[in-house]
Amino acid sequence: MDWQYFTELFLGGLTRGSIYALIAIGYTMVYGIIELINFAHGEVYMLGAFMGLIVAGVLGILGFPAPAILVIAAVVAIIYCAGYGYTMEKIAYKPLRGAGRLSPLISAIGMSLFLQNYIILAQTSDFLPFPRLIPDFDFLEPVAHVFGSSDFVIVATSALFMAGLTVFIKYTKMGKAMRATAQNRKMAMLLGVDSDKVISITFILGSSLAALGGVLIASHVGMVNFAIGFLAGIKAFTAAVLGGIGSIPGAMLGGLFLGLSESFATGYISSDYEDVFAFTLLVVFLIFRPSGIMGKAKVEKV
Amino acid sequence: MKRFSGLVIAACLSLLTSSAFGADTIKIGVAGAHTGDLASYGLPTVNAAKLVAKDVNAKGGIDGKQIELLVQDEECKPEKATNAATKLVSDGAIVVLGHICSGATKAALPIYTEAKVVTMSPSATNPELTQSGQYPTFFRTIASDDAQAKLGVDFALEKLGAKKIAVLHDKGDYGKGYAEYAQKFIKEGGKAEVALFEGVTPGAVDYSSVVQKIRQSGADTVMFGGYHPEASKIVAQLKKKRVDVKFISDDGVKDDTFIKVAGADAEGVYASGPQDVSGLEMNKAAKAAHMAEFGTEPGAFFDAAYAAMQALVNAIDKADSADADKIMNVLRTEKVDTTVGTIKFDARGDAEGVGFSMYQVQNGAYVELK
Amino acid sequence: MNELIKSIQVSIWFMFLTFPIMVIRVNAIEKSVIWRWENLALVGVGSFVLSFIWRWALRRKEAGDAAAASGGKEAGRLSALLENPALRLPIQVVLLAVFCTIPLFVTTYQTNILISFLLYVVLGLGLNVIVGVAGLLFLGHAAFYAIGAYSYALLNQYFGLGFWVALPIGGVVAALAGVALAFPVLRLRGDYLAIVTLGFGEIVRLLLENFSDITGGPSGISNIPRPGLLDMQLSVAGANIYIYYIVLALALVTIVAVTRLKDSRIGRALQALREDEIACEAMGIDRVGVKLMAFGLGTAWAGFAGVVFAAKTTFINPASFTFFESAIILSIVVLGGMGSNLGVILGSAFLVLLPEYMRAFSEYRMILFATAMVLMMVFRPQGLIPEKRKTYTVSDPELNAATGGQN
Repeated sequence: MDWQYFTELFLGGLTRGSIYALIAIGYTMVYGIIELINFAHGEVYMLGAFMGLIVAGVLGILGFPAPAILVIAAVVAIIYCAGYGYTMEKIAYKPLRGAGRLSPLISAIGMSLFLQNYIILAQTSDFLPFPRLIPDFDFLEPVAHVFGSSDFVIVATSALFMAGLTVFIKYTKMGKAMRATAQNRKMAMLLGVDSDKVISITFILGSSLAALGGVLIASHVGMVNFAIGFLAGIKAFTAAVLGGIGSIPGAMLGGLFLGLSESFATGYISSDYEDVFAFTLLVVFLIFRPSGIMGKAKVEKV
Repeated sequence: MKRFSGLVIAACLSLLTSSAFGADTIKIGVAGAHTGDLASYGLPTVNAAKLVAKDVNAKGGIDGKQIELLVQDEECKPEKATNAATKLVSDGAIVVLGHICSGATKAALPIYTEAKVVTMSPSATNPELTQSGQYPTFFRTIASDDAQAKLGVDFALEKLGAKKIAVLHDKGDYGKGYAEYAQKFIKEGGKAEVALFEGVTPGAVDYSSVVQKIRQSGADTVMFGGYHPEASKIVAQLKKKRVDVKFISDDGVKDDTFIKVAGADAEGVYASGPQDVSGLEMNKAAKAAHMAEFGTEPGAFFDAAYAAMQALVNAIDKADSADADKIMNVLRTEKVDTTVGTIKFDARGDAEGVGFSMYQVQNGAYVELK
Repeated sequence: MNELIKSIQVSIWFMFLTFPIMVIRVNAIEKSVIWRWENLALVGVGSFVLSFIWRWALRRKEAGDAAAASGGKEAGRLSALLENPALRLPIQVVLLAVFCTIPLFVTTYQTNILISFLLYVVLGLGLNVIVGVAGLLFLGHAAFYAIGAYSYALLNQYFGLGFWVALPIGGVVAALAGVALAFPVLRLRGDYLAIVTLGFGEIVRLLLENFSDITGGPSGISNIPRPGLLDMQLSVAGANIYIYYIVLALALVTIVAVTRLKDSRIGRALQALREDEIACEAMGIDRVGVKLMAFGLGTAWAGFAGVVFAAKTTFINPASFTFFESAIILSIVVLGGMGSNLGVILGSAFLVLLPEYMRAFSEYRMILFATAMVLMMVFRPQGLIPEKRKTYTVSDPELNAATGGQN
């Protein structure tokens, strides 16, 4: 066994997995609360990347230093995407509550198409360069060939935000209300939880994390395009399912699990089958352990 | 009753006059991706066609007839391409400039072949299109993929002295074709080995595992078949992960957007593309016209599209008829001055006098290597 | 007044939200920024006006819902017209006559679009069996469409089989694939099933892409012959009309078969299963068998449609069978009205013909299409023509007396 190679693949998978996890959280939170697969969530990630690009472009011309730009771009992207997530829910999902399972799904597909075309029309359909905002850290230079500064920033930031989210969910009053709503919406409402507010907060939080992921990955790979949300969205969704959809720690674990599996599959088998592998994993998991890694088995009441 | 028959006569008359009026223009179809993610490859062709048509029309048209362009979008999707093709045929296009993508072209060609409509693509490089002999009415002003792969492999072996080559592709029609030819030529050459043959997923969040795999394979050169978005991501990650290899790619990467997107990481990248013809007077004039008309620099395949349009217009003019056989005869026999040089077409439909050269990114621009 | 303030708030919110994307355009290479303030004004005014319409429409919808809840049966004028038995037959005859003669009058291009439309009708009706009748969420229909298309293409390439031989084979292969997929996933319900089928759809496409030696990989298979008519060589236009009639016949057969299926023993069992699985099993319905049947019956139509599709385009590659395709077919079913066959037909008219005829709007057509999809779901989630449930009335006086007329 070539441990050096193994480590390289492991660290590569870690970076990718962190991004999946960031996006997957949005999917899983929304699903946990209103049982909707929000197909437009990948588009929020793409919007985040575009917001970051626009802010970075303006600030870059004004002569701000790169690390400051990165922070400001991320913050602005998070604020705006939270706004988009909130608005999206109000327009496309809220009027549909109680209309069955499929209607919101179609509405979400429509929303996803809408956002893509919105970017094409208002910005461009071309690939745009994203400035390199993450500086090279000197202390990472010896290991830069396996774990560069952007990998470090991605993994560290995602870990930080996910920890923050966990604390929020666990210890704040809103977090409690969210958990209660996820468990039983009617009961929570009876006990005085404002479920509309909970749903809005869910969309805001999920969209914020996706936006962060968008900015981070765009500065990692150095480009942005209107279509980047689709594949990232589907993969993140897969990750959410692997972890057990509805469970936040599950989404994090699922993201890492998927990122690492893909990385190893590429490294030891072939990247030709990278996606086949991811989807096969999804199907196998659902058949044999539909509740995911972390999920609890649902008992069907008669 | 009288009034009714009067109406019928009026309707017939108007039909007659409109069809007579229709014959007064020469209809040229332009088909390709004008929306969707590949639009940037298709729109420059439309611009080229517009410019040539404007030019010719300003000079009185072809034998006194004005050119009318019929522009059809097919998003590079085969099923839409057949719709676009039937629409062009039924609208009476004499010749068609397009399509852009090889897959869409393949889907549309049987319709043109059947209807005997001369088709000329500025960008469909799939070898089969001309070499199979199934599409006698098809021509192109760009060299085919195998020629490109051969050039790349020869360059890697002879100029760069490559010993271990990692061949990558984007799993697409174009990229995989290039990669498969490259692999074949490397094996036939026997001077180097193929260290790796892999497809990467377009649009994947990152390519770090593939990059690590390239390092692990010990390759000294990477040959990539595909388009610039994936290439720029791979190049950036190779640099980031400190993998020191030479990078050779194809025409899909020899695009200025690649340099813009990849920035400093693009330095030193080799890519093959149509021969540099920017020195030609006609070419300069075409670019200036584009700048004046649309206010931007022309995009991908503009030269080839402009040349194709010129060749088509010339052929219709010389043939003095809308008959496909006569037009094809002119295309095959008479040389014509175009933006890509003086060209004529061989029996299979490939342009003679159009070839590929190797370019390298030096100081933020592609420089032709002689 | 209140309304006005609300609209102003909405307008300001949207101006804020769309500001970076709509107004700023950065050119990082030349280090310049273009400010497009006119767009801001456009968004402001636009959202101001639209918010009035939006609230009005929502109120109307709620009023409609309330009316429906308070006993007033909500029956649209359109469906009332269609349900009128006196008109039903004439309408059907006229429609049939129109569809039978239409290719003789229109251009090849129009015929081509109509072929696409009818293909989607077949695909939608097939999916409707699974989604609408059996209530199983299914997101991988394009995979079976692909299986049908590749069955014909490959059988023709390697064994030289013709269209008419391949047509039933394509359907059977797709049905078998559907049953094979259904077998392990039957335990799953609702969204999990949707996800598995999505994954399966993607796997099929990726395998087609990767097995280059057999399937031609991403370059696809070209020169698939069009169906022959008694050894005659048809022109493209002729072949198109011929294919049109084949698809029309296929669509008619599908409509009849699916309608009959719904009222058959299996159809009833499926609809019962959709409502309550446990009760059904208690009643002795073979849950596994019936569900497998639903999958097989639904995917077989996709297989037939695939064969015709391959024959029509004469060239196929995996890019035609993406997840987006599945999403469109599902949208047809949901937009049209789940479980309703007429709805599916209208749904495919909406989704296939609309983008095609909206070509004039070129770059705006996709965004209009997307907006239409969202609006349709918001204001008419039950679809264009909701499913008409069979209602049974008991007219046994003794029974009525026994239950005190409560039933």
